Amino acid sequence: MAKVLMKGNEAIAEAAVRAGCRNYFAYPITPQSEVAEYLSRRLPEVGGVFLQGESEVAVSYMIFGAAATGERVFTTSSSPGISLMSEGISYIAAAELPCVFVNIMRGGPGLGGILPSQADYFQAVKGGGHGDYRLLVLAPASVQEAVEMMMEAFPLAEKYRNPVMILGDGLIGQMMEPVEFRDDLNTEPAPADDWATSGMDRRGRDRRNLIRTLYLVPSELNAHNLKLKAKYDRMRREEVRWENYAVDPSIRLLLVSYGTMSRVCRTAIDRLREEGLAVGMVRPKTLFPFPREAVLAAARQGEVRAVLSVEMSMGQLVEDVEWSVRGVRPVFWFGKCGGEVPTPEEVMAEARRILRESE
Amino acid sequence: MGKTFRRPQALAETPTHYCPGCTHGIAHRLVAEVIDELGIRGRTVGIAPVGCAVLCYNYFTFDFIEAAHGRAPAIATGLKRVRPDLVVFTYQGDGDLASIGMSEIVHAANRGEKFVTVFINNAVYGMTGGQMAPTTLPDQRTTTSPFGRKVAQTGMPVKMAELLAALETPGYIVREALIRPKYIQRAKKAIRNAFSYQLENRCFSLVELISTCPTNWGMTPIEALSWAEEKMLPYYPLGVFKSPEGGRPAPGAAERSADAA
Ligand SMILES: Cc1ncc(C[n+]2csc(CCOP(=O)(O)OP(=O)(O)O)c2C)c(N)n1
Ligand code: SF4
Ligand SMILES: [Mg+2]
Repeated sequence: MAKVLMKGNEAIAEAAVRAGCRNYFAYPITPQSEVAEYLSRRLPEVGGVFLQGESEVAVSYMIFGAAATGERVFTTSSSPGISLMSEGISYIAAAELPCVFVNIMRGGPGLGGILPSQADYFQAVKGGGHGDYRLLVLAPASVQEAVEMMMEAFPLAEKYRNPVMILGDGLIGQMMEPVEFRDDLNTEPAPADDWATSGMDRRGRDRRNLIRTLYLVPSELNAHNLKLKAKYDRMRREEVRWENYAVDPSIRLLLVSYGTMSRVCRTAIDRLREEGLAVGMVRPKTLFPFPREAVLAAARQGEVRAVLSVEMSMGQLVEDVEWSVRGVRPVFWFGKCGGEVPTPEEVMAEARRILRESE
Repeated sequence: MGKTFRRPQALAETPTHYCPGCTHGIAHRLVAEVIDELGIRGRTVGIAPVGCAVLCYNYFTFDFIEAAHGRAPAIATGLKRVRPDLVVFTYQGDGDLASIGMSEIVHAANRGEKFVTVFINNAVYGMTGGQMAPTTLPDQRTTTSPFGRKVAQTGMPVKMAELLAALETPGYIVREALIRPKYIQRAKKAIRNAFSYQLENRCFSLVELISTCPTNWGMTPIEALSWAEEKMLPYYPLGVFKSPEGGRPAPGAAERSADAA
């Protein structure tokens, strides 16, 4: 298929439709309201369901109810909205319902700002809602990658019967880039008759399905949590994705960065290399599961003096970088937030400073 | 001669966890009878609340979802929008629906979602030990209003049926009671109407049911029935507050309330 020029938010919306998703519930919030605006026209064209809910709390449960039928469903929001959805996300993870949440992050905490940020890393990766659950978190660095991740998110959610989150920053949502919708990423929803509350008649058997999250017997709740943990462990084995950029045995500084921040880092790396400073980068594409071994392997390269986490947040990604590096190399953080994006020059200056000080 | 009174197929053959004299069981039976009579068990999905009825799916024999506290109407919305062919109902207590879930129920009703809500008003939070609910009567003692509900601090009890009937969107909004056989007959009819309206894709329905919680009211089951009749019915009049045929309140609501009280 030919490439078309699209804004990130609209491309994400179209990707969901191309992936076979026909159901969308949302509440408006900057900087991603274009998704809802686009789908309010697009979904009726394909006989889909579009509904603007009364709050993100309600939307998260509309997603719950829709996912409980076994059909594909997704929502998009931005940071404060995801906070409100977090109650529902915990219940959805507990109930093992496949669905997709997109967070086009803006600055926080509180009302924060409306400009790009990566400040919801912990919320996405470490929890957000209560209880021992995990989301499979995909972090696109371009509009094309956002499209592909959006299309892959549905089969992934179904494979694990777990919510998948696309974690993008405001830049991903707002920038225009050429995109291609790959036909090979169109998939059929996985069979759901074993668990979906889709009515007994439809399944043609007199055995009812029950979707619940309450386990009053401690051993049952423990067993339920072990079952969930086994899924998360399987994600750690099968879904870790990352990209190495300019990682070779000569590198003296390793950057770790994701999303659009990683694109700034690429530019910085190219320019530092022109100056003769060998710097490389590991870019996590999945934030959970985190590419821990890839970061460690790159950090272990013979010449690496230090590892630098570059993020649009105040020291969140860096905790997983430290956990990955396991003390093998010193780990530093550099970041800005509130809509301020570190420039290539600032990243270069920080890289030079760290290298100078670690000689 | 065949059996004239038997367990509805939609009701499971199992003892319930409800306290002796609790009216939750009556509500379950009425819902199950209606589902049997309408022959819709195979395409019905129930949504349980958080409250004493959290495990109510154990007593029904069709698909069920257990909601988060107050969120059942949003789950029902998602389910019904995606699968309009399903018959969907929520079953909710007064803490669940009139307090934490107030927003979800009002907006679902206002959108005219085509599902049924069975609303159990027992004037307390039963499950958590009898705390004050939005429906607790003035001066009623609860574990969090030990000196009686002081309306100067906590306002007047919320009348959900009246509140939802005030919405301009068409709906079927009715209040009945589970405390005397004559009211129970009417409650069954209301539940049947509500499910029938859903089958006709007509409107949202709320059937509020005045119920008892002898355990947390500190009464015997018999005392509780009398208390509900003497104290609750004057404040919570029975009747149809709105019907999709039009009119608000529906003709007859006033007389029916008077005759109920
Ligand atoms: C978010 C959340 N807050 C509080 C609770 C605790 N809780 C469980 S049931 C309940 C009240 C239920 O009362 P009601 O809806 O009146 O139902 P009843 O037990 O009286 O039938 C509360 C507050 C909870 N489970 N979840
Ligand atoms: S506590 Fe009250 S509402 Fe709950 S089961 Fe007992 S009597 Fe019924
Ligand atoms: Mg109650």
